[in-house]
Amino acid sequence: MNDSTVTPIGAAVRRKEDQRFITGKGRYTDDLSRPGQAFAYFLRSPHAHATIRGIDTAAAKAMPGVVGILTGADLAADKIGDLICGWLVTSKDGTPMHMGSHPALAKDKVRYVGDHVAVVIAETLDAAKDAAAAIAVDYEVLPAVADLAAADAGAQIHDNAPRNISYEWELGDKAATEAAFARAAHVTKIDLVNNRLAPNAMEPRAAIGEYDAGDEAYTLWTTSQNPHVARLVLSAFVGIAPEHKLRVIAPDVGGGFGSKIFIYAEETVCTWAAKKVGRPVKWTADRSEAFLSDAHGRDHISHAELATDAAGKILGFKVHTRANLGAYMSTFSSCIPTYLYATLLSGQYAIPAIHCEVDAFYTTTAPVDAYRGAGRPEATFLVERIMDKAARELAIDPAEFRRRNFVTQFPHQTPVIMNYDAGDYGASLDLALEMADYKGFPARRAEAEARGKLRGIGLSNYIEACGIAPSAAVGSLGAGVGLWESAEVRVNPTGNVEVLTGSHSHGQGHETTFAQLVSARLGIPIDQVSVVHGDTDKVQFGMGTYGSRSGAVGMSAIVKALDKVEAKAKKIAAHILEAAEGDIEFKDGRFTVAGTDRSLAFAEVALNAYVAHKFPTSEIEPGLKEGAFYDPTNFTFPAGCHICEVEVDPETGVTRIVNFTAVDDFGVVINPMIVEGQVHGGIAQGVGQALLEGVTYDADGQLVTGSYMDYTMPRADDLPSFKLGLTQTRCPSNPLGIKGCGEAGAIAAPAAVINALADALGTQDVPMPATPAKVWALAKTRAVRQAAE
Amino acid sequence: MPEIANTAAKVAVAMTVNGRLVSAELDPRTLLVQFLREKLLLTGTHVGCDTSQCGACVVHVDGAAVKSCTMLAIQADGMSVTTIEGLAGASGLHPMQEAFREHHGLQCGFCTPGMIMTALDMVARLGPDLDEATIRENLDGNLCRCTGYHNIVKAIGAGAAAMGAGAKVAAE
Ligand code: FES
Ligand code: FES
Repeated sequence: MNDSTVTPIGAAVRRKEDQRFITGKGRYTDDLSRPGQAFAYFLRSPHAHATIRGIDTAAAKAMPGVVGILTGADLAADKIGDLICGWLVTSKDGTPMHMGSHPALAKDKVRYVGDHVAVVIAETLDAAKDAAAAIAVDYEVLPAVADLAAADAGAQIHDNAPRNISYEWELGDKAATEAAFARAAHVTKIDLVNNRLAPNAMEPRAAIGEYDAGDEAYTLWTTSQNPHVARLVLSAFVGIAPEHKLRVIAPDVGGGFGSKIFIYAEETVCTWAAKKVGRPVKWTADRSEAFLSDAHGRDHISHAELATDAAGKILGFKVHTRANLGAYMSTFSSCIPTYLYATLLSGQYAIPAIHCEVDAFYTTTAPVDAYRGAGRPEATFLVERIMDKAARELAIDPAEFRRRNFVTQFPHQTPVIMNYDAGDYGASLDLALEMADYKGFPARRAEAEARGKLRGIGLSNYIEACGIAPSAAVGSLGAGVGLWESAEVRVNPTGNVEVLTGSHSHGQGHETTFAQLVSARLGIPIDQVSVVHGDTDKVQFGMGTYGSRSGAVGMSAIVKALDKVEAKAKKIAAHILEAAEGDIEFKDGRFTVAGTDRSLAFAEVALNAYVAHKFPTSEIEPGLKEGAFYDPTNFTFPAGCHICEVEVDPETGVTRIVNFTAVDDFGVVINPMIVEGQVHGGIAQGVGQALLEGVTYDADGQLVTGSYMDYTMPRADDLPSFKLGLTQTRCPSNPLGIKGCGEAGAIAAPAAVINALADALGTQDVPMPATPAKVWALAKTRAVRQAAE
Repeated sequence: MPEIANTAAKVAVAMTVNGRLVSAELDPRTLLVQFLREKLLLTGTHVGCDTSQCGACVVHVDGAAVKSCTMLAIQADGMSVTTIEGLAGASGLHPMQEAFREHHGLQCGFCTPGMIMTALDMVARLGPDLDEATIRENLDGNLCRCTGYHNIVKAIGAGAAAMGAGAKVAAE
């Protein structure tokens, strides 16, 4: 498959974008320089919680090279609005969430280590740093609130949030769930911590703000997954500029994983400051700043109970979760531990009654928001851990216990909003068991034991909800935006095509898959198609890329636009070929009069569309360019089964993943190579959560894991090669049948790994991250227990 | 323009970068990666951390892999530096670049230049016959958040083998 061929759906087409990345010609935000640019450095709070009594910038302003120093007072004077959270969650007593004020530069208080106190703009970054050191801030230090478990008893962080609670929310039928538990033959209980993670896209966040005084217009280059949403928020809420006077460009973006969805203080300040200092203002985070100020992920404490009957069928499930919001409510933070979490608590199982309560707390830590999977990994971890624990308590094989409780009829309405449209959970379980040689595991365990090693195997049958739509439905749940997608297909007179999409690629390979789709549909070589994204001046509007939505929603919008292109092209072809429109067939890039050999190539019709000599322009407008907005009819529900096999060295506590099998049902797959890559990356992040990663704050709210020296990222030798398989049920809610694949690995893997460790260590109390020290202690306890037996 | 902050004496450096002789007067604290990115506009070499852990900045200095965030530009005075931009020849991509594309060894591309430069160093040190365990072990200075390393490992194995085969052909 090369550039000059037509690329069918389902082919492993090599990526078009790779040429620039492998030759060092990628263009990331920090690679760009604007004439006359100055450099921003943010003075950050060294305290987790403090009142600002005063900021003295006089000495700093006199330092060499300083262009300007701005604080929260300047922001207020310019009436720049707060950063916002765009999803309204309502407490069970009917009160709306308590959103604490979040100015881009602190006004009277700082609320986490790394909070933004002032920005110094200077001729060089070093000059800005030197001047920042000369700013005198008079802090009155307040007690930190670093412990989620005790956040309600801590010092109040926001005036409008007593007990540091933003909302106390519930989902499901409490009475029905209690009734189910009253009937239960057995109740399994579990307490779990879902560890806090730092997303760590390898490209640190960056922003360049520029102001054109002639046009009174701003441009912001930024590391964003959704530039149009950034523009909307910065204009409609923060109020920097009217929407038509603000252009946001997200060029090549080096990974996001959710962390680049949000509208942060830094890009807000760089844009606003560009006008104030009359210079383009550039800021690039260093990794330490990323650890301090990128929105973190997860951070739940949960108690859950599962009720089963005598036959091992689930009767009910109840969950109570404390979720950490951090110091401020980030852009989508409210919906992550609610609508993207509790709605997935039915897993792949027919559970008649579910009740979930979520209490969301402020703490004096960095904001917490979506990170790969966003709520769904937390749900899957809870469901799949308690499924394993219940199976063991009931002495049923974990695979069999799952199978006994699978949803098998579709559509299936869960008690927690979701309506599963299609799936075959038994098929993915069967294939995964076969690929992982589940039957052969006891022999492998015995063999390992003979070598003094502990082997365990663990399953994780995840489900996720992607697409996050339709818009009216998410609106009724509190979303401040619609979650459709847009596309425009521009056919040029010479027959090549530009596709403008509101999706944004930051590693997903849209330039290839989207072009592949167009190539297959129009029958033109893939090198005749280019994909344009990430610039609000080029693409009119779009919702961006997150929640595995670009295939199901973004590509469906392209299909809709292609339908219109084809319909118009057929009309034009009919005139040229002097045939009835209904007789024109379009196949393999040619318009043919049915049953004849009279035909036109796509490019000939394109040219004619613009020359416009051969059809009545009173009936058909010249040109060939169509746009579409696509709003899905439902969420999509990718699901599958991941199986992890581990070997623990009880002498060192080191866990080795000896086998990782992932079987996924993503619906229709456009490019299997890219889909596999997404699964690999997701699994690595999930394994990272299970074994290596964990953000830690000390009691004073200081970030202990502030660099790669302290925060353990998965490296190549922490991971095996993965075995992947696919099963397929078509997604009925979009024209392509796509479900989405971006988050599956991160959702499924943690439970698979921890279930395997629980199996190896003979205990259900395996915390994440299961570092060698913790595993070593558990292996010791196991040895003592065994000796006693 | 206001006066620039740093008034320390500039130091002259000269080195060969991707076969071209370059020279400049630099603030002595300028890192090699800053010199490459900011002065020479060779932005293919990236910065992913501030603790010398991620390997996004790997270049070759006199043939050996170096984290250019950890070396001062003046330390490379008189030396020969190769960056990702210097790999592809007139005849096309380097086999290791080709292997990364063929085996989907990159997603966002941010770690990729460092990965490719490290891979070449691996081949130079250990030869073209690299098994999976060796590759994984020798990637311990390079982080990738996107790929889970699966396809990077495959790409390096294939790229190394292609280099070995190419060398054989050249020798015959
Ligand atoms: S930037 Fe050099 S090792 Fe991270
Ligand atoms: S491809 Fe994105 S960090 Fe490696």
